[in-house]
Amino acid sequence: MMTSTTPVKAEARNLSFFYNGGNNAVKNVSMPLYENKITALIGPSGCGKSTFLRCFNRMHDLYPGNKYEGQIIMHPDDTNILEKNVDPIEVRMRISMVFQKPNPFPKSIYENVAYGLRVRGEKNRRIVDDKVEEALKGAALWNEVKDRLQDLAFNLSGGQQQRLCIARALATDPEIMLFDEPTSALDPIATANIEELMSELRNKLTILVVTHNMQQAARVSDYTAYMYLGELIEHGETDRIFTRPTRKETEDYITGKFG
Amino acid sequence: MNTVTQVLNNSLTPQISDRLSKNFNRHLKERVIEFILMLAAFSAVLTTAAIMGILLYESYGFFEHVSIADFLTDTVWTPLFENPRYGILPLVSGTLTVTGVALLIAIPIGTISAIYLSEFASHRVRETVKPILELLAGVPTIVFGFFALLFITPLLQKIIPGLPTFNMLSSGIVIGIMIIPYIASLSEDAMRAVPMSMREGSYAMGATRFQTAIRVVTPAAISGIVAAYILGISRAIGETMVVAIAAGQQPNLTFNPMDAAATITAYIVQVAMGDLPHGSIGYQSIFAAGLVLMLMTLTLNIIGHITRKRYSERY
Repeated sequence: MMTSTTPVKAEARNLSFFYNGGNNAVKNVSMPLYENKITALIGPSGCGKSTFLRCFNRMHDLYPGNKYEGQIIMHPDDTNILEKNVDPIEVRMRISMVFQKPNPFPKSIYENVAYGLRVRGEKNRRIVDDKVEEALKGAALWNEVKDRLQDLAFNLSGGQQQRLCIARALATDPEIMLFDEPTSALDPIATANIEELMSELRNKLTILVVTHNMQQAARVSDYTAYMYLGELIEHGETDRIFTRPTRKETEDYITGKFG
Repeated sequence: MNTVTQVLNNSLTPQISDRLSKNFNRHLKERVIEFILMLAAFSAVLTTAAIMGILLYESYGFFEHVSIADFLTDTVWTPLFENPRYGILPLVSGTLTVTGVALLIAIPIGTISAIYLSEFASHRVRETVKPILELLAGVPTIVFGFFALLFITPLLQKIIPGLPTFNMLSSGIVIGIMIIPYIASLSEDAMRAVPMSMREGSYAMGATRFQTAIRVVTPAAISGIVAAYILGISRAIGETMVVAIAAGQQPNLTFNPMDAAATITAYIVQVAMGDLPHGSIGYQSIFAAGLVLMLMTLTLNIIGHITRKRYSERY
């Protein structure tokens, strides 16, 4: 079923999450993220897949009263990134994120990509220049913007803005990249571009993507996890999940009987 | 096909005419209401136009006796003296100096308060502090005037020996304190309007709260913040009571805040409270001074409008 040679980059161990007020949005989920693979999280709205994803960069820490239980272990150093004494900023420097709606900053294209380097205190212009170019090339945006790097990022199209956000996340060489429904605000052509980009990024890093679009999960991912009502119902290689799911609930969702 | 439409027409026609006649009545009522609303809206426009008209008319009378060149270049303002001179510069310098001191106080403190309230303070702190801050804006300006003269000036005199009782420094400081609520409150509104997704984007890049506030939220809210500054500056320029009480009444061409000097508004108060005959040049001079004041705030408002358009938020 799973190739034992594929190294695990990170894994959730008995992870539960409670929103302020007690809503238990993720229930006892254990799941690996394989290195240099794309893992897709699917499931109906409100099943906890975005909440689960946002545990990986401690995004929930921004709002008071949220509570994690269990662990997320990152390899090879075996750090539990949910531990209280682990600085969420350190975690976010290793695990970057691309959001549902493109959210560029009110800055130039160049400064958007350089942002992560700037907040890390990188001052050397040559290094920043090189990293910005590399990241924009990595996000397949360089050719479109290389002559207008000082333009405001808002002047780009929606698809370009999303690739800019990917470039921004790439510039700091993260180990894992989280995608929270990255194409739900984009047209089909821009969606295809992003999906192709994700496939290429797999060579550099490990990807966890939340999608409400099953075709997308089938197209881009190596592994798929199906979540329902906060629980992980099934996790496995994408080909197998979509052709021979072992659980009835997964089959119902994939075949469209439900959801 | 044809018969179907005919049947439909036959069954619908009476109903439609029914509804049309009702609509006519409703329409009339709508239009009366609309007219009343329009009248209310235009009263403000009309008042502004009337004020402008009177200012221009009386100033015209003034400029029939005094050349505009003298008005703008003469360095002495003594319209009520035996040998009157009509140089607006001393009043403008007083106004600008007081405003400058006020802004040196209000812009840093106001902006920092806004950043703190919007990005750092807990919900409870914000909900407590903001109303108190806004209360400060409701204190009558005469209170601030006495505060400047009887509290701030003696305090400053301990630090700066030889400071005259009437000086622009203490008025400037107090006006600065006075406009902090405007700048803080409006800037805070602008910053809170920045969508959470933008902050999350910054945090997700490993930025700290402070970096997010300074590098992302502030630039995103810049148009609102600039608008807050402009409003604050307008208030400072137009402020009357504090300067009339604490800055002195003597027109004085100086930019030294340690001196006493009159501002445009202080001069207008001084003359308007005296018993100058209607139509005399001294009387008309307050309208010319008022016109200058109005042009200054108008320019600021236009600058504010342009900046708002140029940096308008697009998220």
